[in-house]
Amino acid sequence: MDVLTLSRIQFALTIGFHYIYPPLSIGLGLMLVIIEACWLKTKNPVYHQMAKFWTNVFALTFALGVATGIVMEFEFGTNWATYSRFVGDIFGSALAAEGIFAFFLEAGFLAVLLFGWDKVSPKLHFFATCMVCLGAHFSAVWITVANSFMQTPAGYHIVNQGLRARAEVTNFWQMVMSPSSGNRLFHTLCGAWMSGAFLVVSVSAFYLLKKKHEDFARRCLQIGLPVALIASAVQGISGDMSARQVAKYQPAKLAAFEGLFNTESNAPLVIVGYVNERDHKVEGLEVPDLLSFLTYHNPHATVEGLDAIPPEDRPPVAACFLFFHGMVGIGVLLLLVSAIGCYFLRRNKLADNRWFLWILVFSVLGPEIANQLGWFAAEVGRQPWIVYGLMRTPAGLSAVVRANTVLTSLVLFTFIYFLLFAVFIYLLNHKIQTGPHPDDLEPHGKLAIPHLTTGEYVI
Amino acid sequence: MSFDLNTIWFVLVGVLFTGYAMLDGFDLGIGALHLFTQKDEERRLMLNAIGPVWDGNEVWLVVGGGALFAAFPNCYATVFSGFYMAFVLLLFALIFRAVAIEFRSKQPMYWWRQMWDIGFAAGSVLSALLIGVAMGNIAQGVPIDANGEFAGTFLGLLQPYPLLLGITTAALFMMHGAIYGAMKTEGELHDKLRRFAMNSIIFFVICAATTTMATLLYVPHMAERVKDHPWLFSIALANMLAIANIPREFNRSNDFLAFMSSCATMATLMLLFGINQYPYLVYSVPNPENSLDIYNAASSQKTLTIMLIIAGIGVPIVLAYTACIYWIFRGKVKLGKSSY
Repeated sequence: MDVLTLSRIQFALTIGFHYIYPPLSIGLGLMLVIIEACWLKTKNPVYHQMAKFWTNVFALTFALGVATGIVMEFEFGTNWATYSRFVGDIFGSALAAEGIFAFFLEAGFLAVLLFGWDKVSPKLHFFATCMVCLGAHFSAVWITVANSFMQTPAGYHIVNQGLRARAEVTNFWQMVMSPSSGNRLFHTLCGAWMSGAFLVVSVSAFYLLKKKHEDFARRCLQIGLPVALIASAVQGISGDMSARQVAKYQPAKLAAFEGLFNTESNAPLVIVGYVNERDHKVEGLEVPDLLSFLTYHNPHATVEGLDAIPPEDRPPVAACFLFFHGMVGIGVLLLLVSAIGCYFLRRNKLADNRWFLWILVFSVLGPEIANQLGWFAAEVGRQPWIVYGLMRTPAGLSAVVRANTVLTSLVLFTFIYFLLFAVFIYLLNHKIQTGPHPDDLEPHGKLAIPHLTTGEYVI
Repeated sequence: MSFDLNTIWFVLVGVLFTGYAMLDGFDLGIGALHLFTQKDEERRLMLNAIGPVWDGNEVWLVVGGGALFAAFPNCYATVFSGFYMAFVLLLFALIFRAVAIEFRSKQPMYWWRQMWDIGFAAGSVLSALLIGVAMGNIAQGVPIDANGEFAGTFLGLLQPYPLLLGITTAALFMMHGAIYGAMKTEGELHDKLRRFAMNSIIFFVICAATTTMATLLYVPHMAERVKDHPWLFSIALANMLAIANIPREFNRSNDFLAFMSSCATMATLMLLFGINQYPYLVYSVPNPENSLDIYNAASSQKTLTIMLIIAGIGVPIVLAYTACIYWIFRGKVKLGKSSY
């Protein structure tokens, strides 16, 4: 294999593996904020127990996020040096801002979140939790800004030519608020909230099935399911906004997502199907006019197909179609699952529907897979460009790195990441099997509640 | 030397990497000493001495790298692609260090803890060595071609001088870690870490003296700089005084000031390195005209200005809450329920 293919595989592997963890940190961060707010408000120790339990899970995902995240920052330089020279003026500043505004905040206050239970007052601890959550969200902001520049570059001009050509900032805010950054950030965050909420839901449903820690599980579900429902519903709206913006700024990408080979009016939407690349068509279940309607809110509108794009500028259709439809399909299912879950929760019938609890247990895989597919769709859909319309992917490679070097690092990364993933699953499973600690129902030290001994607390 | 934006960013990137050395330096040092004690409790105490702060400390490296990328993208691109295998190994070392801290105490089995203890120690030592080797190559100069690309090989990075600097860095971090550990522990472990500190000071001083001689003999462009500016010897003198002050503070039972002296040792070393390096980022040997400096490797003036505003807003806030967090976790470390 050549150095281009190997570098792309390595980047896909390392970013894909990394991206298992940050959405969980963002989503669980939000859950922790809600749980601790409940604990502060009600003083019900079960919320303290919940906060402790989920903090431990959070610590695990966070450590892996940090360990695999630093790889990403280095990899722009190691494998994509020419790209780094080209966009450094812009991309670099977003990364640096991410470090200063997000990573320090996250990592700094994490110390208090994890180890400060007995050292600071509950209010200060809550503040630290909020800061960790905020830091996680900020990191999503800056990395999405940086990535959005690669999708819809704005606020720049190109200076010099040939090897020395590079993009320089002309307007910082225009660059930050590129046409796609707002929508894509929103979409990313909703995906992250879903992964956090569904993790909580899944573990709690498992406890209900096993009839363990039932009070704990019910309260987790009371928080997890509504958040999952809201995030899934908002994700639908955000996905719609995102797709319409893609149609406007990256028509080739939308055509690939939908497998639309020919520009047509009254374009149909394929619900499920597959791309027949030889005959340039999509086989499957179609709804007439729907694509035109969704894209332009007009069933007769003309949607640009791949035929309008020069062949050398087209992304790989079959892959994009699969990733995009996979993501949307899972999103719809998750919306359905969380809606039914909320209905049962309200009717207090969750514990009776064991089959549904099993669905909830496995629902955690949904956002994980959809998040991966979504990013694959976004990045593969941008091909053959590394910076849309400005630089082609092969042009971004490091000039001095050879294929066998990348092969060596790729083999090592694969081996180590599989090992880490196995240990992560093992420890997560152990944590879940052990369950919340009964001692955490009796907060001590600075958290001890004076009137708890009377057995009364506000529900 | 004029205080233009490029120089300011040269200083700021230097400050970030110095911050990294002073903070994560003790984490890596603790890691390097980890296997020297056998008792599980002592290992846990050492681990928990850095427990709340190590990943915040690692962020200094991430931000330093980000600042280098943003301010001097050509340097970032040349060094990272040129030192490919070295950086990949550094990543693996940092990954193992990070996950070993997190995973180690999650299970009670002896083999489990032993495995992650070895991962923690090996990751820490390897990180320190590689950071030193990278610094050594930057100090010595590396071959750069007319396009500003690295023109050497991976094995070419492992020459005696960079390796010596690698060992010196490991010694420095061990000394720093032992002093930090002594500051954070009490009783038997405290005395043990103090002994480690004294031994590693000796080890470091030998390494540092050798490095200094080697620099003057084998790195002509740096030796010239010192000859032209004799006042640089005052920084070297300050550095030696800082080292000499460590045992003095230990004798007065003032572990905190011993730690601050160790920090000052690092700061003066980095200052010396920075002044000798300025205005070059990567000095090219054998073709000095291909060197990357703070002008030909920099981003636009506009980006440097924007970044300065970002740093101006962000850094004071970061320093303020980092100080608060260190304050919250001040004092001797105790094992509790949320400990590693």
